Amino acid sequence: MPVDPDSTPVGLGVEVTAPASIADVEMVQRVRTPIRIEYTYTPGRALSAYLRGMAEKRIVAERCPRTGQVFVPPRGVSPMAGIPTVGPVELPDVGYVESFNITRVPIATRPDLEPPYCSAWIVLDGASVGFMGLVINCEPESVRMGMRVKAVWKPDDELEKSATNILGWEPSGEPDVEISDIETIGRPGDLQ
Amino acid sequence: MADDVLTAPLVLEYPFTRTTGPVVGAFLTGLREGVVLGVRRPDGTVLCPPLEYDPITATALGEMVEVASTGTVTSWSWNGAPRAQQPFERNFAWALITLDGADTPMLHAVLVDSPAAMSTGMRVEIRWRDEREGHIADIEGFVPLGSVDGKGF
Repeated sequence: MPVDPDSTPVGLGVEVTAPASIADVEMVQRVRTPIRIEYTYTPGRALSAYLRGMAEKRIVAERCPRTGQVFVPPRGVSPMAGIPTVGPVELPDVGYVESFNITRVPIATRPDLEPPYCSAWIVLDGASVGFMGLVINCEPESVRMGMRVKAVWKPDDELEKSATNILGWEPSGEPDVEISDIETIGRPGDLQ
Repeated sequence: MADDVLTAPLVLEYPFTRTTGPVVGAFLTGLREGVVLGVRRPDGTVLCPPLEYDPITATALGEMVEVASTGTVTSWSWNGAPRAQQPFERNFAWALITLDGADTPMLHAVLVDSPAAMSTGMRVEIRWRDEREGHIADIEGFVPLGSVDGKGF
């Protein structure tokens, strides 16, 4: 049966009537439904090499033997070719901002992030993909696509096998990458 | 491989708060006040817990009615190995319980010491929590009828 899209949907406007036992109390309108899943995460071959590199302030990526693409962080597989990647491919801790976002609203679960802050998609020199990072040590409003950045590492005595060793990315002072080149610059490999 | 396998704890957590709508909101309001509400269907039967729409005819429902805090177990399963995030640290029964005055069962816990204390058809009643906020856990669980201040666990 055809439905008139302008008709009132069934159910809207139905009055909900309550018995006397709750007639004069404040109605519940919200309910907590938290979800929590606890895993023990095992990173696997490629990411383990990446995390061990992190402890030495090295960025260890992997390369697709078919397309030549370099993936960081490495997941051990080339998503486009569907074959294992090979490593290590060591990348420098410098790159550029491909895109970014300035967050002005606090997140309850991240009290360490004080708005406004800038999260960005960072493409390292020699990488075929970007990854997320914070742009720090500059005004968020000064961040721009193509801006060159370098890693800010934790102090040496605080290094762990963790991506959190990179506190963020700060402007390197190098000339910006030309926006018109961003589709190809710094991205070796056949993207087709 | 000489290196140890790396592992790390990973917690995925979302602190969701949902809006309830008027029917579920009335049900939860009832729990906070210590009464259980169902909703009447067009044929006169009562759904408890209530739904906003009739599951057969899709008719919108809105006539909330009070049902009893006593009922009958229609099906049950013994939980002999409670997991960390289940509501009790000791063994208990999951059960479908049709409250007196309702025509459909609700899923909740029956708080007894062993599966020998459970049977289909057994009569149970609600043990309420002292502090209630409008949540299904305002019902701590069900206990055998007549033992709300005693047996159970």
